[in-house]
Amino acid sequence: MVRDLSVELCGVRLDNPVIPASGTFGFGKEMAEIYDINILGSISFKGTTRDARFGNPTPRIAECPSGLINSVGLQNPGVDAVIAHELPELRKIFRKPIIANISGFSIEEYVECCQKLDKEEQVAILEVNISCPNVHNGGMAFGTSPESAAAVTKAVKAVTTKPVFIKLSPNVTDIVAIAKACEEAGADGITLINTMLGMRIDIARRKPVIANKMGGFSGAAIFPIAVRMVYQVAHAVKIPVIGCGGVSSAEDVVEMMMAGATGVQVGAENLRNPYACKEIIEELPYVMERLGIEKLSDIIGIIE
Amino acid sequence: MQRVVLTVTKNEALTPLIYEMHLAGDVSGVTRAGQFVEIALDGLYLRRPISVCNYDEGELTLIYKVVGKGTDLMSQMAEGTQLDVLTGCGNGFNIDHECKKPLLVGGGVGVPPLYRLTRDLIARGKEVTVVLGFNTESEIFYADKFEALGAKVIIATADGSVGVKGFVTNAIAESGVEADYFYSCGPLPMLKALCNSLEIDGEVSLEERMGCGFGICMGCSIQTTKGAKRVCKEGPVFKKEEVIW
Repeated sequence: MVRDLSVELCGVRLDNPVIPASGTFGFGKEMAEIYDINILGSISFKGTTRDARFGNPTPRIAECPSGLINSVGLQNPGVDAVIAHELPELRKIFRKPIIANISGFSIEEYVECCQKLDKEEQVAILEVNISCPNVHNGGMAFGTSPESAAAVTKAVKAVTTKPVFIKLSPNVTDIVAIAKACEEAGADGITLINTMLGMRIDIARRKPVIANKMGGFSGAAIFPIAVRMVYQVAHAVKIPVIGCGGVSSAEDVVEMMMAGATGVQVGAENLRNPYACKEIIEELPYVMERLGIEKLSDIIGIIE
Repeated sequence: MQRVVLTVTKNEALTPLIYEMHLAGDVSGVTRAGQFVEIALDGLYLRRPISVCNYDEGELTLIYKVVGKGTDLMSQMAEGTQLDVLTGCGNGFNIDHECKKPLLVGGGVGVPPLYRLTRDLIARGKEVTVVLGFNTESEIFYADKFEALGAKVIIATADGSVGVKGFVTNAIAESGVEADYFYSCGPLPMLKALCNSLEIDGEVSLEERMGCGFGICMGCSIQTTKGAKRVCKEGPVFKKEEVIW
């Protein structure tokens, strides 16, 4: 039997729900060297800001049990360079709809980036990151209160006709309140979760492992937290949810979807296994067969 | 880059903390001296980047120092252990740079990638001088192997137990080596001192804590005179004039 892996996000049909998470796949170039990335449902490309950013000092990476902390700090060439150089290259290696991940330090900056990326034909969805823990005076600051999350949502919705997904931070007391505020402000969908704020200390050197002291913790270790938050949010809002956080296997994709996700992003796993997304997609039909699932979209949010 | 399964065929201590590991399998992904491999280890989330010391058809030699959990695990691996390895990571040295008398300078665990480089340069008919820096006599490894390749070898030890007392820069100054290009790998202070003291052009292999090792996470980015670069992808080897100290 042919298993149906397709899902639909706000009218955008994806062949399967698997999407590399922003910041763990660049703009696809390095991965396309080792496999045909057209197997993917979509790609959420590297977080893009108005101006080019080098990001934070090194070391930016700290290993943890079943995960890692990163403090890259939104290194990217800036939205104009992304449009001029990265997207034309991406178009050559990937013919499917893409998700533009956008970050900013002010509402004006989010708006400007969204306006520019709105004009890109291949961009099907704008994913507005209000949850980066690695930059000061911006990033996560917008995602930690319902009011500021709604303000960003409203401002970007006014300048684009494309579906807008707001990417939320787990570093909050009430994720549901923030997701609802985004929905009420016009968001077409929610992506969650971004990384958890974490820290490691080198006890021999008596110094934080990461130059910026703290960073975003991701990887298999945060999967249960992500499932819980996806479950809570998906059941509280009517708009679709993209689940993200610690997804490492085809079984995890199914679990995330049962919790309420329509799309599923794979992040840190790409860093340890460059073939992670490909292997998960290839494994999905077998897992579906084992679990008696004919159509993957049938299981979205089946957990009451 | 390729992902392959390699089998440990030898894993022996060269000094109390430095090990030599031989791996057998398809190593065709390794194409240049100065590249590294990324090894997946049970129980550790991230792969471990280890520089390639030497490679031949079906065989790879790694030399690593036990500095943490990953290399400690590696040091305990028995022959026959199978490893999931990404091969051919990074750019490697430019072995075709036009020069006649290259100077190769290695410090401690930065010595291994210079071995294959020496072999390649000698095969190209170059007159190779290798300066190796160690802390003390008991930490010296591979000096005889460089000689066996046909290189002139000069040793510096910090405590003076063998060769010139002091750093590699002292050894270069004292021996009056004639060179028209240099290649180096070792600790950052050594590379910096070298780049500052040598007037000739050259290239250095840098080290940075990595996430993925193949260019997607931006964990190991550095600022260079030619913009931001990833140590794992555009590096680890950079031209002297690119490095901002």
